[in-house]
Amino acid sequence: MKKKLSTDEMVKRLLAGDRRSAARLITLVENEMDDHHRVMSLVYPHTGKAMILGITGAGGAGKSTLTDHLIGKFRNQGKKVGVVVVDPSSPFSGGAFLGDRIRLQSHSRDDGVYIRSMASRGYLGGLSRATYDVIRIMEAMGNEVVIVETLGAGQDEVDVIHIAHTCLVLVTPGMGDDIQAMKAGIMEIADIIVLNKADLDGADRSLRHLQGALTAGSFEEGEWMPRVVSTVSVANKPEDLQGIDELTETIAEHQAYLRKSEVMDQVKYDRVEQELGLIFKDELQKIIFRGLRGTGKKREYIESIIEQQNDPYSVVKEVLNNYLIPGE
Amino acid sequence: MSRGRKKRILIAKPGLDGHDRGVKVVARALRNAGMEVIYAGLHQTPLQIVNAAIDEDVDAIGLSILSGAHNTIFPKIISFLKDRGASDILVFGGGTIPKKDLKNLKSLGIGEIFTTGTDTHEIIDYLDRTLKR
Ligand SMILES: Nc1nc2c(ncn2[C@@H]2O[C@H](COP(=O)(O)OP(=O)(O)OP(=O)(O)O)[C@@H](O)[C@H]2O)c(=O)[nH]1
Ligand SMILES: [Mg+2]
Repeated sequence: MKKKLSTDEMVKRLLAGDRRSAARLITLVENEMDDHHRVMSLVYPHTGKAMILGITGAGGAGKSTLTDHLIGKFRNQGKKVGVVVVDPSSPFSGGAFLGDRIRLQSHSRDDGVYIRSMASRGYLGGLSRATYDVIRIMEAMGNEVVIVETLGAGQDEVDVIHIAHTCLVLVTPGMGDDIQAMKAGIMEIADIIVLNKADLDGADRSLRHLQGALTAGSFEEGEWMPRVVSTVSVANKPEDLQGIDELTETIAEHQAYLRKSEVMDQVKYDRVEQELGLIFKDELQKIIFRGLRGTGKKREYIESIIEQQNDPYSVVKEVLNNYLIPGE
Repeated sequence: MSRGRKKRILIAKPGLDGHDRGVKVVARALRNAGMEVIYAGLHQTPLQIVNAAIDEDVDAIGLSILSGAHNTIFPKIISFLKDRGASDILVFGGGTIPKKDLKNLKSLGIGEIFTTGTDTHEIIDYLDRTLKR
């Protein structure tokens, strides 16, 4: 009953689009299980072609509801769609409540849509190295669009821009109309600002504020100037929905802009640089902690920091000098 | 670094009745016990539940059933899981289920049925014991 497939066999099935293998492999990389690195090496050659769309914004802004509509638009274009939804883990228990599927139901019978909920497992900004791996696995599965939904309320939580090619930031009427800093933050992250819940009071005012902030920003000739699109993602009648076609077109325009300019090369370069950095960070930490383990040194260092006989920076410097850069 | 494999549990409430207070209490309790709970909400069909469970690669599916539909819903879930080669996913449930039906459900392959009002610790203990993979 519980047939255990080899990793290589699972990757083979993944490449043929098999959901169960995709699901298993994602668990494997999420938990950094034994074959993690091998899986990613096998998967990597089959990636790099999908459009990666980031959707971020405050809790309850309507990210999942809107994603549900966007999935439909991409499906109409005949594209297979993968969705990763990242929610925070509880800092106390390490557990998580992942409830986004409730609003991602329109396509639950569609074989061309694969949705995966992920807990952030302690990474600020919500995007761990595992998120990159999961996106890669979804690409290798044959999805031409991968949507990444993350919670982002402030400027520190914008990791998604390091992954996505096109980044949507959702705001809602009244939210932060007067907070200059937030606007500046949004301008930096967003390729497209989505004013969702445009059916609510204050939408016009918010739209004016956002547009005002955009024209005040300075953009160079040929550079993409962020666009604002108003949307209504929930309505009793489908004809009362608003802005979803316009948003889909604006996404396509941004994609066309990326393809036409050299920006895409830079975007790809930045993404790989970021990814490489994360992997180095994780792996080096592992090597160092492994090296210290058994020597009793790790405990010694930590206790010396707690007792204020030492500080973390000096410890890191000492350890790096001793273990990594011998002779220096 | 390696925190070991986290348990992932899909919680859903199939059937027609519309309250989710009870299931949410269970979902929160499991989260507080360190599990990752994928909450699929109300009114899910057995096929939707099984598809979600496979995509999310969960270790277990927990269903709350109050509507008396247990004798159709549980067997469907078990049979869809079998069709998909996913019988290793544990299925458990809760709700108002008559004693006389319990034995039959268990013989179908349902792991455990908790009656309404069960202390959530009991459910957590059960999952900890049963899901040691
Ligand atoms: N009035 C109105 N409500 C909306 C609109 N879009 C979404 N909502 C509602 O806003 C609530 C939150 O929507 P979600 O899609 O779950 O929002 P989210 O940003 O994914 O939320 P989290 O994942 O919890 O951060 C739901 O009750 C939606 O029905 C809209 O355009 N107008
Ligand atoms: Mg959401």
